[in-house]
Amino acid sequence: MPRRIVYDHNHDGIDRRGFLECMAWAGTGAFCTLSGGVLKSYALGDVGRMAQDLAKADFTFVQLSDSHIGFSKPANPDVSATLQAAIDKVNALPIPPSFVLHTGDITQLSKPEEFDQAAQLLKGLKTDQIFFVPGEHDVLDGTGKLYRERHGMNPTGQDWYAFDFKGVHFLGLVNVLDLTAGGLGHLGPQQLRWLEHDLSNASSSTPIVVFAHIPLWSVYPAWGWGTDDSAQALSYMKRFGSVTVLNGHIHQTMLKVEGHVTFHTAASTAFPQSSPGAPGASPGPLTVAADELRGLLGITQLNFVRGKHALAVTDSTLTENDSTESQL
Amino acid sequence: MRFAIKGAIFTLAVCLSIAPAVGTDAAASTGDPASYVVEIKDFAFSPQTLVASVGSKVTWKNRDEEPHRIAETNQVFTSPPLDTNQVFSYEFKTAGKYKYFCTLHPHMTGEIIVEGKPSGALRRATGLKKSSASGLVRS
Repeated sequence: MPRRIVYDHNHDGIDRRGFLECMAWAGTGAFCTLSGGVLKSYALGDVGRMAQDLAKADFTFVQLSDSHIGFSKPANPDVSATLQAAIDKVNALPIPPSFVLHTGDITQLSKPEEFDQAAQLLKGLKTDQIFFVPGEHDVLDGTGKLYRERHGMNPTGQDWYAFDFKGVHFLGLVNVLDLTAGGLGHLGPQQLRWLEHDLSNASSSTPIVVFAHIPLWSVYPAWGWGTDDSAQALSYMKRFGSVTVLNGHIHQTMLKVEGHVTFHTAASTAFPQSSPGAPGASPGPLTVAADELRGLLGITQLNFVRGKHALAVTDSTLTENDSTESQL
Repeated sequence: MRFAIKGAIFTLAVCLSIAPAVGTDAAASTGDPASYVVEIKDFAFSPQTLVASVGSKVTWKNRDEEPHRIAETNQVFTSPPLDTNQVFSYEFKTAGKYKYFCTLHPHMTGEIIVEGKPSGALRRATGLKKSSASGLVRS
């Protein structure tokens, strides 16, 4: 099992213990902030203090991931219902998100009717816009034609794109096409050239948010949970003071802070997967007891506070009562 | 004693006859064209290496709850996406090594080694053997 916690080699105040403390809450309704290099954590029950901090946020956005519309196997026979529960959760947030990122695997088998059903459900999100990147399930034919027809963002015909929102530079990357034997997720030289050029236009003080389906860090390469040329992509971001990398694919929340870069993976809205390298496990759907399922699915909310390089990440499960008070 | 040997031969024969269909890492070649099954289970091909003769047909069966899509690295063959229990077959008409992978989960790799079509006598005369130590030869 790879080491997922990095030593505080940048002396930014994030020690292993503090990080572990926050990690223990990830996926159970925790709220962590990275502000001035100091990791802060709150219980979800501590609503007053959290609300004060949230009120300072310049804007908030939500990440949804791995909805797998069309999947109907025992791990979750009704993925539409759990996506709807995630949407309801987003719509009930005290601060409506400015936009939603969906980090791929919208569908199970890239079928037109699956894309249509997902679009119909996502239409219910109370937000201004949804940005997508494809997962491997959305480009099953190897070309991504159906995905591109519905969610293609870049007028040049490429699937990767960038946009700015209130001073933050967002990059939607694609690492699920043109994969090669024995490899991992792949960005490819063309996308890397585009990325280098795109970032050359941004000042080093611009906060960067990168989102892509497969993790851009080596979570567990033996299961394909990594991207073989992500180091090249991240090298273009070294000069930036704040970089946040958001991924899906592994159907569980995970957080890693490495210097000025924060890596985070979101839960699925469809079904959980095993912890990386769990004995006897494989990176496929994990069937749990029906009453446990929604506690392992969820949404991620992110709040950005200008001037502090602070990005607060909140992972909430789909259970009715999401509070973790009882665990504190 | 004779009975025991007969029993052993019988057991061996049974093992050989089911070898292509069971999910082991053993490579197998019959010397004659035959049908083989490669199971896809727990994000792995089984057997990962299969030795077959020219003219053999290989069928991949997806036993996972995840879809997989098989592609030969030089695009000699590419399957459509295979959902659970779906199959894909390919008949190998030319000898050679065919490496393939899952285009959705590229860490999944496998290999089909297609040998020429020597007769049993020629195989023995040339000392031609299967490439894998764990391979089985039915003669």
